[in-house]
Amino acid sequence: MAKLNDLTLAEARDGLAAGDFSAVELAEDCIAAMEAARDLNLFITETPEIARERAAQSDARRAAGGAHGAMDGIPIAVKDLFCTEGVLTTAASHILDGFHPPYESTVSQNLIDAGAVMLGKTNLDEFAMGSANMTSYYGPVKNPWVGAAGEDLVPGGSSGGSVAAVAANVCPGSTGTDTGGSIRQPASLCGVVGLKPTYGRCSRWGIVAFASSLDQAGPFARTVRDSAIMLKAMAGHDPKDSTSAPVEVPDFEAAITGDVKGLRVGIPKEYTLDGMPAEIQALWDRGAEWLKQQGAEIVPVSLPHTKYALPAYYIVAPAEASSNLARYDGVRYGLRVDGDSLDEMYENTRGAGFGAEVRRRVMIGTYVLSAGYYDAYYVKAQQVRTKILNEFKQTFADVDVLLTPTAPNAAFPIGAKMDDPVAMYLNDIFTVPANMAGLPGISVPAGLDADGLPLGLQIVAKPFDEETMFRAADALERAAEFTAKPKYLGGQGG
Amino acid sequence: MTYLIQGDTGDWEVVIGLEVHAQVSSEAKLFSGSPTAFGAEPNTQVSLVDAAMPGMLPVINKFCVEQAVKTGLGLQAAINLHSVFERKNYFYADLPQGYQISQYQHPIVGEGTVILDMPDGTSREIGIERLHMEQDAGKSMHDQDPKRSFIDLNRAGVCLMEIVSKPDLRSPEEAGVFVRKLRSILRYLGTCDGNMEQGSMRADVNVSVRHPGETEYRTRAEIKNVNSVRFIMQAIEVEAARQVETWEAGDEVVQETRLFDPDRAETRSMRAKEFAHDYRYFPDPDLLPVDLDQAFVDGIAAALPELPDAKKERFIADFGLSAYDAGVLVADRETAAFFENVAEGRDAKQAANWLTTNLFGALNAAGKDIAESPVSAAQLGELLDLMADATISGRIAKDVFEEMFETSKDPGAIVEEKGLKQITDTGAIEAAVDQVINDNPGQADEVRGGNDKAIGWFVGQVMKATQGKANPQMVNQLLRDKLKG
Repeated sequence: MAKLNDLTLAEARDGLAAGDFSAVELAEDCIAAMEAARDLNLFITETPEIARERAAQSDARRAAGGAHGAMDGIPIAVKDLFCTEGVLTTAASHILDGFHPPYESTVSQNLIDAGAVMLGKTNLDEFAMGSANMTSYYGPVKNPWVGAAGEDLVPGGSSGGSVAAVAANVCPGSTGTDTGGSIRQPASLCGVVGLKPTYGRCSRWGIVAFASSLDQAGPFARTVRDSAIMLKAMAGHDPKDSTSAPVEVPDFEAAITGDVKGLRVGIPKEYTLDGMPAEIQALWDRGAEWLKQQGAEIVPVSLPHTKYALPAYYIVAPAEASSNLARYDGVRYGLRVDGDSLDEMYENTRGAGFGAEVRRRVMIGTYVLSAGYYDAYYVKAQQVRTKILNEFKQTFADVDVLLTPTAPNAAFPIGAKMDDPVAMYLNDIFTVPANMAGLPGISVPAGLDADGLPLGLQIVAKPFDEETMFRAADALERAAEFTAKPKYLGGQGG
Repeated sequence: MTYLIQGDTGDWEVVIGLEVHAQVSSEAKLFSGSPTAFGAEPNTQVSLVDAAMPGMLPVINKFCVEQAVKTGLGLQAAINLHSVFERKNYFYADLPQGYQISQYQHPIVGEGTVILDMPDGTSREIGIERLHMEQDAGKSMHDQDPKRSFIDLNRAGVCLMEIVSKPDLRSPEEAGVFVRKLRSILRYLGTCDGNMEQGSMRADVNVSVRHPGETEYRTRAEIKNVNSVRFIMQAIEVEAARQVETWEAGDEVVQETRLFDPDRAETRSMRAKEFAHDYRYFPDPDLLPVDLDQAFVDGIAAALPELPDAKKERFIADFGLSAYDAGVLVADRETAAFFENVAEGRDAKQAANWLTTNLFGALNAAGKDIAESPVSAAQLGELLDLMADATISGRIAKDVFEEMFETSKDPGAIVEEKGLKQITDTGAIEAAVDQVINDNPGQADEVRGGNDKAIGWFVGQVMKATQGKANPQMVNQLLRDKLKG
């Protein structure tokens, strides 16, 4: 019999409901898979005791006839950017050494309330700054997929541990955050479904901030249906986050009707890049064809300001980050490296506490906000952002969703692109525009490249229209029939 | 009167602008639910948001916005329906976030006016440049330990209004009157308690000097964080003198931040390096812009209390008070209310006199303010009534008042208890008069012989015999009838 950790979230839900197995049994298999997969460096903190305790509580609820719904008893991994009460929370940074928050983030609390069972806190790029999970103080995460020559690959980033845990069948779902593509790009590189909802759909309260106007939480799962189930449990208005939207959370799973007849799918011509691998272009064309065959209407569209999205993003995000990270000063929590004066203590603490990529972005952000540069960089970037937003608005008058590649490449070897930050930043070229405009986007595994590595396609939808996004993503998923599995599965190397 | 500094190169006038930081009266902080009470144990009024824990987010306190709008309306200022909170970035140990959330390019309140009533009877109109909302920082304590500094975050996140005047003030006295007037308006509105000794109000003072007639302003210095009206006035005085000396020595005044040292009566430069900040303001992405609708503002405007200027006009018109008395009585909201209670249905001028001389005198001597007055408005009114219906004389009333102030007893009870009721029974007074005349035949003859001054002596004797209770007019009349009639 297959291990329970191999089940999809919906299968696990149905099995729990049918009494085929208990939440404790499910959790034990996932814990075993987590421990077996330690070579992948997925978790910064494993919390098997919490998992067992919550699983037992779930079983008790179910026995009493009071199960909380689809997520009750489902094991999940939580990106270590979400503050979890009493559990070490690091943002993969040395500077948060020993930080045990006395509070639980709203999203992870929502998941607890829904009955989800936390296995542990997953590795990530330091403060979510990276596209390869190479900047973590706790070391890189290995992609469960391996290169043609057997070389270790990056899982993408920044949510590297969360995505790889789902790809490696450690658990059926995990949480991520997406500031410029940190859910969708790794989902593409690891062959799982990852989505960023509309900005404001999930509360940011209790999530270590990277760039406040861009950060959004979202789920990883192995199917579109699973990600719809999990998002429902994560989302909701939170009065503690002023940017959280006071809107109802629909039943996303119910939106997956299998019917995309008449759906207008925009293909933005500017997403065709010079030098993009032919197989990605081919996959994109195939994706459009799949939707067309199911009755969708393919509409060529133009988003001319797209090319400015990435440069503008690399002004806005570091600007906000430079300010958001000012609180890590050694005064109240985390690392402190003493000095002879207050300023020296700051310099010592932050110099030792932040890694190179974080320091780079703090420097960039500080620079673009400085007197004399503010108008040329920050103000200009915000103007670009407004243009991008308006362009999307106009385009969405004519189409219901957009179809694009998720990333311009498949997973690459650990250590590649490390000498050129801009080459690394280009990994987010297709995902960043949705963050700049606050739109929901989902990556669905759609095929393999010549080396047998997964590639994703992205569906971007209108604000708060995740339902249409899920409907289109489901149609892609069914047509793609993506069944390939990574080498490391359930922690067992093939 | 024009305030001029005589220098070797001629007269100098002083140009002053104030930035007053006023703590908004509210139960909770600007962006968190923490309480704001003064004097609590260190770090007992600190939420996760105030301490800038990772992932914590600010949520605006709507009441603070109302208070700021109310204040803007009280300053006859334009209310900006759209305003934006920005981050002012700098590192300091008592600033947990590493930035202060403040308003910069888009403040909630625009230009307004404050009218000053100067003691010489003139009035001056001082422009308000803007009012914006911001968070206070915490407090660094450097005197608790020889090596370490301690931080108290109780104040961190408390809502302040920064009220910026135009550089319209021209003397230390005007600056003092401005701050007092501003404080009075804020107290009337209930938007700031104005307690400077508790730090609820403090001012940054911008000072420059120039020769009268110059149309440009010269370089100014900013004196930070002055926390009493007296110190504000002193700081301006010494800083203006320093600048005149500097210019006249052929040097330049530099734009800088200075500290006022009241012990040495001087201002000192704060090291420039420490304060050469580039604050890197940008809109706070954790907060939405504040967009008010006009109905919200109109609702606050409709509920505004009567403010000192309007009250003063009304006191002059309705009660016939002098501008000076009216000004004194309206400066403080409680005093004005006390006065109105006493004056209602009585001789308002007499009420004003009793307040400004007798009651204020006694309160001053006792170190109390009007809220702590042992004599209530109703009791003082009753005392005036006892005079009006001739139950007691004005002289007795003063004694009764002293007793009231001591014991908080009703004047009627004191008069009753001590038998101070004025004697108006002609027979009783006549008997006393006859007795005194009979006992002093020599003096009586003097009066009869034409020495009118001696009548005064007789009045005194009769009052003495009646323990002051005889109606003095009646005594006088009877003596005249009997000795000269």
